[in-house]
Amino acid sequence: MKPKPFSTLFRKYLMALTGLFLCFFLVIHLLGNLQLFLPAEMARNSFNWYSHLLSGNIFIKIISYVLYAAIVIHCVDALLITVFNRKKAGNYAYDKRAVASKWYSRNMGILGTIILVFLVFHFKDFWYQYKFGTMPVDDAGNKDLYEIVIKAFQNIWYVLFYVLAMFALGYHLLHGFYSAARSLGIYHPRYVAFIRIFGIWYSYIITLGFVAIPLYIYFIHY
Amino acid sequence: MKIYLKIWRQLNAGAEGKMINYEMDNVIPHMSFLEMMDTLNEKLILEGDRPVEFDHDCREGICGQCGLMINGRAHGPLKHTTTCQLHMREFKDGDTIYIEPFRAAGFPVKRDLKVDRSAFDRIIGAGGFVSVNTGQAPEANGIPIAHEIAESAFDSAACIGCGACVATCKNSSAALFTAAKISHLVKLPQGKVEAQKRALSMVAQMDAEQFGHCSNTESCEVECPQNISVLNIARMNWEFGKAAIFRK
Repeated sequence: MKPKPFSTLFRKYLMALTGLFLCFFLVIHLLGNLQLFLPAEMARNSFNWYSHLLSGNIFIKIISYVLYAAIVIHCVDALLITVFNRKKAGNYAYDKRAVASKWYSRNMGILGTIILVFLVFHFKDFWYQYKFGTMPVDDAGNKDLYEIVIKAFQNIWYVLFYVLAMFALGYHLLHGFYSAARSLGIYHPRYVAFIRIFGIWYSYIITLGFVAIPLYIYFIHY
Repeated sequence: MKIYLKIWRQLNAGAEGKMINYEMDNVIPHMSFLEMMDTLNEKLILEGDRPVEFDHDCREGICGQCGLMINGRAHGPLKHTTTCQLHMREFKDGDTIYIEPFRAAGFPVKRDLKVDRSAFDRIIGAGGFVSVNTGQAPEANGIPIAHEIAESAFDSAACIGCGACVATCKNSSAALFTAAKISHLVKLPQGKVEAQKRALSMVAQMDAEQFGHCSNTESCEVECPQNISVLNIARMNWEFGKAAIFRK
């Protein structure tokens, strides 16, 4: 028998592979952002130089297209899966099924939607601004993205929005990381246990790392 | 004890159903849940009412026939327990108990609390077996199997097909049921021979039966009377992926 290209399991492989690629991207993104914790002028030079380096590199350009594709596929596939599942699911007059699983495992769609809304703002304010907007220039002649970032996080509501979105991301990862490994078929108990613990630490570190940046800029930097 | 019941009543597959209230006065805490249902039915028959239909067979927790959604949970409030192994001592005097059939697109309700679970039979029929010529039984120790492998295969084989995994899943996914059989057989040398064909056929049948996707919430393992591990699902994903790539 030939496997159908859109069988339930193929859909899950696609979610897992795009999700894990995005997990990998988050690590690179966080490492780059850590430059914002340097002393002010050093941070400005280093961060702007790094942004310029990334935007000019053909290799990075190719990866960025893979990234855009991964985000779109992950979202569209999730939407299709969710709509399909809703149609198949049973409804009960009295429903206490929730006690048997974690709330964030059951609400990946809602968490994902929060992250998607966040991404729209995130892309508009930094990515679009850097690529197509008018940008200040630093002493070294690089576009001054550092200035844009610092200015953005002077607004407490913007900081809170970021913190909320990063917690949504954290819970999304807490389920997503091990779930991806499960969907791809890692079944040996020894590796499963390792991935579970690794996934928890990964989620904590990514969340706290990204939460720390706006808080640091708002409360300590200025 | 006095117990208030709210039970799903539905005349047949095509009819509209609804929750109906019943009261039970002399419920003994030592009764099993199904004995309580029997007592209710005796009362209904004496009153000239139609008894509540529900599936049951061995009442020993091993056949997989009984399966009710009790107070919003598959097989009731206990973990890893069949409906027949649930006793009225788990409830208090004056409690209201909601009783509904297992619900899923793949499990149509036939009448009252009785659902059609033949989708499971068709999934097994698609490849949950080993094809061998019949004849003389082979020598039992002819094929050496390590103790750990035999135990692991038996853990997967312990599935009784009750459908609690589907009933408790927010997507009504049959992944745990299908995976348990795929993984039981692939662990054994006799089952390995047809592993590729089995994984592809059984997953295709599972999809054809209107079950949803697995989203790894792991609630199925919690409600499973046999405590079938969700790692069986990982094994199914692995075997299916391998078969899709390397199939002959």
